[in-house]
Amino acid sequence: MDISIKDYIRKRFFPHLWCPGCGHGTVLNNLLRAVAELGIPKNQIVMVSGIGCSSRISGYVDFHSLHTLHGRALAFATGVKMSQPHLNIIVPMGDGDALAIGGNHFIHACRRNIDLTAIVMNNRIYGMTGGQFSPLSGKGILATTAPFRNLDPAFDTVNLAISAGATFVARTTTYHFKEIKEYIKKAITHKGFSVVEILSQCPTSFGRKNKLASPVEMLKFFKDTTALLGSKRLEQGPDLIPRGIFVDKEVPEYTEEYQKLIKRVQKNT
Amino acid sequence: MKAQHIINRHWCKGCGICVAFCPKNVLELDMEEKVVAVRPEDCIGCRVCEFRCPDLAIEVIVEREHERAA
Repeated sequence: MDISIKDYIRKRFFPHLWCPGCGHGTVLNNLLRAVAELGIPKNQIVMVSGIGCSSRISGYVDFHSLHTLHGRALAFATGVKMSQPHLNIIVPMGDGDALAIGGNHFIHACRRNIDLTAIVMNNRIYGMTGGQFSPLSGKGILATTAPFRNLDPAFDTVNLAISAGATFVARTTTYHFKEIKEYIKKAITHKGFSVVEILSQCPTSFGRKNKLASPVEMLKFFKDTTALLGSKRLEQGPDLIPRGIFVDKEVPEYTEEYQKLIKRVQKNT
Repeated sequence: MKAQHIINRHWCKGCGICVAFCPKNVLELDMEEKVVAVRPEDCIGCRVCEFRCPDLAIEVIVEREHERAA
């Protein structure tokens, strides 16, 4: 671990509470490297999270942090950004947190194009509460609440974010740690609403039920079932999950537009 | 090249990710299911173990030949 990374964590809370081999730790590891490489001072970052295994991440980072209500992280983050638009705001969420209870906040944050960095740590399960299926589990998955296999098809986070209007959308997995760092760096630098979906492993609640009992097997599964956008492998394997940057475009940002509005209205009074 | 593996045994949970993905088979889990560098001389300093570790428990310090000479 670089000295710079150690400076960004609250060491007194380690070892963290995530299970052995949990992918969320790998996300934390590379998120810290992304922030360190960008050289953003700690007091210029706010991490806002909701509820769930993934949301515990805000307790481990030595930034300003807000641990809020289930699914409402983006609503709180919007409030922080509106009042302090110069701060960098990172919003890590789980799949249930972001797209089940928080689904409405998610699509509307995308639509507004407010300058937040949303990170969806997708392990396809509610791990903390005992392994219930989530809207990202997908058809055919076994979960404690789907003992005869899940009937519900899954959301595609990337397509959902794009169609709702997010201006930076990327996807990777915890196997591809270099991409985690690169995409998070780009997402933080991007002006506008950015979404980075990171497929993460839950060996305890998802893996055990679905014949991927070890974290190593789950990482190999991510390696084997995904392919980079524009690669030959993806062309030849239509069933593979694409990774990469799907959208990166410049659109007027919400807080900037809000400042313009204030100026315009004040001129008229 | 000489590599030093700094392992935080208190943070390591023995998940085995670093052991499985080390390209040179440098690491192993011991009796207490904590990682140890059993063949540090084989390490090529890629630091894949460090970047994948979910527990921030391993750090590789790489000293390259030209750096030692300088």
